[in-house]
Amino acid sequence: MTFLDKYSTMHLDILKEIGNIGAGHAATALSKLLNKKIDMNVPNVKVVSFDEMMDMAGGPDNIVASVFLRIEGDAPGSMFFVLSLQQANTFIQQMIGDDSFSFGEPPYSELALSALQELGNILSGSYLSSLSDFTQLSLYPSVPALSIDMVGAIISFGLIELSQVSDYAIVIDTAINEDEIIQSESVNGHFFLLPDPTSFDIIFKSLGVAQNE
Amino acid sequence: MNDCVQVVKVGIADMNIVKGSDHIRTSGLGSCVGVVVYDQSREIAGLAHVMLPDSSLAKAGSMNIAKYADTAVKELVNRLIKVGAKQMALKAKIAGGAQMFQFANSNDMMRIGPRNVEAVKKELSALNISLVAEDVGGNSGRTIEFDPKTGILNIRTVNKGVREL
Repeated sequence: MTFLDKYSTMHLDILKEIGNIGAGHAATALSKLLNKKIDMNVPNVKVVSFDEMMDMAGGPDNIVASVFLRIEGDAPGSMFFVLSLQQANTFIQQMIGDDSFSFGEPPYSELALSALQELGNILSGSYLSSLSDFTQLSLYPSVPALSIDMVGAIISFGLIELSQVSDYAIVIDTAINEDEIIQSESVNGHFFLLPDPTSFDIIFKSLGVAQNE
Repeated sequence: MNDCVQVVKVGIADMNIVKGSDHIRTSGLGSCVGVVVYDQSREIAGLAHVMLPDSSLAKAGSMNIAKYADTAVKELVNRLIKVGAKQMALKAKIAGGAQMFQFANSNDMMRIGPRNVEAVKKELSALNISLVAEDVGGNSGRTIEFDPKTGILNIRTVNKGVREL
């Protein structure tokens, strides 16, 4: 039995709820930080191939700003907060109060990078702490790392753990966007939560769900 | 006659082969390594997008041979020979193996890029294939495209523009 065959649609629904709770808290944090209304989609939990995972974030060539952190503790994993450059620009302009700022060309201002890293830190922190409360597991984030680069280069890093046991990933994806701005799929912000293969059983167990019911 | 150049895309942990005027490309190499093995006189080239250094890292389930440096290079060479390339004429160019994120506590998993590069080089030398060019390391993602006619590897990065090897 391979790693993925162990899980049913019910398990995926549970992961969806986890994404819902986590991203809900994160969206609230973002909304407070920017003093704006933030919209959030119902999370998507999908079993995807690595290539499909890249497509979820706009394709491997797409350039994004991403905050990555490792989740350590009882249920290790990887987490990405991915923003399109356009969206990152808007958020950072609002945070540092400088309308002229742009992530278009390096070198980027230290202040803006720091602000983006902090934004990622706050959002992922609130995602994780709500997840931790919900599951009663102790989860703590690593110091976030920031990268502005191609989706393929960034996301593949979070797939390394998984790639040792599987060619597919279970990804918990929640898209967020500013209210009242109609945007295409590729420019939405995304949270990607990628639990390590060993973490799924731990998460389900902590919620009282047995395998293979 | 069809003069349009076809570009064959290779996904992550995948491999493929092109002949003649077609190009072969893989996008978004981070810590992964893109290995091009080619026979220029016969205009045949293969590209593998390697994700992990060693197939012994595989923990369970079915094995995707294109994922690991040791198995992918071997298979790529086998396939090239099957379509008419000569082992003696094979050369290689590689790109990738970047360190996308810097962490204070760098364990082995965190420096997967350099390990992938080492493993690919080791396998190439074991198969007696000369490595004629490389663009590895650093901390930016790369998209690479190879033309088997000219033997030129085109490397695009986000901030440093385009390079040709």
